Amino acid sequence: MCKDCAKSDLALLEPVFAEFEGDRHALVTILQRAQEIYGYLPTDVVYRIAERQGVSPAKVLGVATFYSQFRLKPVGKNLILLCKGTACHVNGADSIAAALMDELGIGDGGTTEDGMFSLKEVACLGCCSLSPVMMINETAYGSLTPQKARDIVRKIAAEGASS
Amino acid sequence: MRIVVGEGSCGLAAGAGKVHAALAKLGADVGITGCIGMCYLEPIVDLYDGALVARLVRVQESDAERVFKAAESGDLSGVEDLKIPAEDEEFLAKQTRIALRHCGIIDPESLDAYRAADGYKAIAKILGVDGGPGMTPEQVIEEIKTSGLAGRGGAGFPTWFKWNAARNAKGDEKYLICNADEGDPGAFMDRAVIESDPHSLVEGMLIAAYAIGASQAFVYVRAEYPLAIVRLQKAIRDAEEAGLLGDGILGTGFSCRLRIKAGAGAFVCGEETALIESLEGNRGMPRLKPPFPAEKGYTDKPSNINNVETFANVAWIVLNGGAAFSAMGTETSKGTKVFALTGKIRRGGLVEVPMGLTLRDVIFGIGGGVRDGRRFKAVQMGGPSGGCIPESLLDTPIDYKALGATGAIMGSGGMVVMDDSTCMVNMARFFLDFTAKESCGKCVHCRIGTKRLHETLVRITEGRGRDGDVELLEELCKGIKDGALCGLGQTAPNPVLTTIRYFRDEYDAHIRERRCPAHECAALRTFSIDAAKCKGCTACAKKCPAGAIAGSLRNPHAIDASKCVKCGACAATCRFGAVEVL
Repeated sequence: MCKDCAKSDLALLEPVFAEFEGDRHALVTILQRAQEIYGYLPTDVVYRIAERQGVSPAKVLGVATFYSQFRLKPVGKNLILLCKGTACHVNGADSIAAALMDELGIGDGGTTEDGMFSLKEVACLGCCSLSPVMMINETAYGSLTPQKARDIVRKIAAEGASS
Repeated sequence: MRIVVGEGSCGLAAGAGKVHAALAKLGADVGITGCIGMCYLEPIVDLYDGALVARLVRVQESDAERVFKAAESGDLSGVEDLKIPAEDEEFLAKQTRIALRHCGIIDPESLDAYRAADGYKAIAKILGVDGGPGMTPEQVIEEIKTSGLAGRGGAGFPTWFKWNAARNAKGDEKYLICNADEGDPGAFMDRAVIESDPHSLVEGMLIAAYAIGASQAFVYVRAEYPLAIVRLQKAIRDAEEAGLLGDGILGTGFSCRLRIKAGAGAFVCGEETALIESLEGNRGMPRLKPPFPAEKGYTDKPSNINNVETFANVAWIVLNGGAAFSAMGTETSKGTKVFALTGKIRRGGLVEVPMGLTLRDVIFGIGGGVRDGRRFKAVQMGGPSGGCIPESLLDTPIDYKALGATGAIMGSGGMVVMDDSTCMVNMARFFLDFTAKESCGKCVHCRIGTKRLHETLVRITEGRGRDGDVELLEELCKGIKDGALCGLGQTAPNPVLTTIRYFRDEYDAHIRERRCPAHECAALRTFSIDAAKCKGCTACAKKCPAGAIAGSLRNPHAIDASKCVKCGACAATCRFGAVEVL
């Protein structure tokens, strides 16, 4: 183990291991649960999962990096999923992306310095009739314009600052 | 009157949840239903008095009080303006709904509601617990064969053939898998079915499990569909409690367990062998076929995989007979198909129509054509594996063979409509950006081929195209089609090939004239200010990040082309339409 690794509370994983004990096909599901617990997949968590599943850390990391859902770095308090699907593309998703990146000062996959927002472009959220769409913390915002996208983010930031 | 709010993902995103809460606060007894498919009219509120009395559309939170009053008193005069316009009623009237038969009508969270709509009668008929003789697995497969049902996920392979192969495969332990990893951008019918009618998926899967002899079943759902997962979980729990799932179903010897596995975001997992790898907890990389999953699938046991929409048709076929299903459609394509109409369409949403209708019938007849008074250019079908079909081919019937002949495919049913503001070269670039990112990397042709295609397309859209680029693209496409291991790679060139085939002039304009006919490619646009329209408000000059706009207050401004970075900020800022984009 590296000396700079995160020191996560690994005890939180025990109920997950208990639920999937003996199931050698559960790696993806276990990683999903772990990410729900920690918000991302810290290195020490990856190592612990490898140890308990009886596979190499390389195998766990291989799976974690294959799927777009998994994150190896912490995300901001509010995760913005910006849809770049076909319908959104046709309806101007690029201009929404540009507006959000300008507003937040981050790129795709980035997190703002204050840890309030992370931005991630995704393939399709399946709300095509509302395109262009973004989803923030599982709430979908549709029929966006660059200005509307900025306003939504500003509103969330203001609510976060006052709470 | 009973108030029912449409609460699929689209409805909720449009504000249905707020409308529901506001109505409930007023003391109304509010029911829910799924997605009726008219996404462009959400949020939708239905008023029932036994039967549907009125459908109210684009209902806002602020309308809650008058909707409540109307429902209480039965006097609808206060909500006249919210009633669905007559022309929009055509949207539903022109459809034939089988897979979507309950969507937007019944409460998706209620087992009783599904049962009241003939739910679980098909499985009862098969198991012979409805007083009838029951059906053998062979008879079920025969009925599906009669129906002509083909895989609705894209490939269009006959469903009965797959079931039969899995049934005849050696082994006691067999698996049934539902592919709900709806990955094609622009398609969302599977999400709508699970959110709006989860029990029809469960029943369809039970029938398939009985037919092939499986006692274990999985639904592999995209993690991006949280509401679908929640509703399916509830449906499974309710069905288990009612003895419709688990051991000894309906008191017979038939047992089947159903579990949900959430996907983790990888387009390639829509490919069946990659999906199996993912179910096993591995990187979702396709396996070589043969052996096919029917022989060696999940944990090397015989497995059968079908898509959500396919399963959603099954109970209807068993109850109404395969012949009733095959009576609809064409020689080579039977029954109905669901399409997700999106893009620059006036009436976007989910439509289900009999095979054999033309693309024009669907796009113009039901969808109302292109919105904002613009001109139709093309429709993209089949997502990243499909192609763009031009206006001249709009009379092509919806049929696996006829659509295949255009270079596009039926696919899972995404129909993205484009108008004259969409650049077809940029469209091809968009899809190759997608497939290059989603390529799993296992085979060279796909991993490197899609990357090279993407690079070439980027070069063309950025005005650095070279003579011979189109031929280079065609050569690469052929190599990838011939050499790639799985469906993702083999079909990835389709968006490039169809745009070259039908829109070659746009490629040539980009390469030879450094011009984007649709004015979409940023690097090829030029901006100028019409002095006659410019009021000299200075707004554009203030917005320009490059300081390329000069001019004084109340005098026409001008853009210095040598400084312009072509960002378009001036055009977006100008309130007088004075910035011309060419």
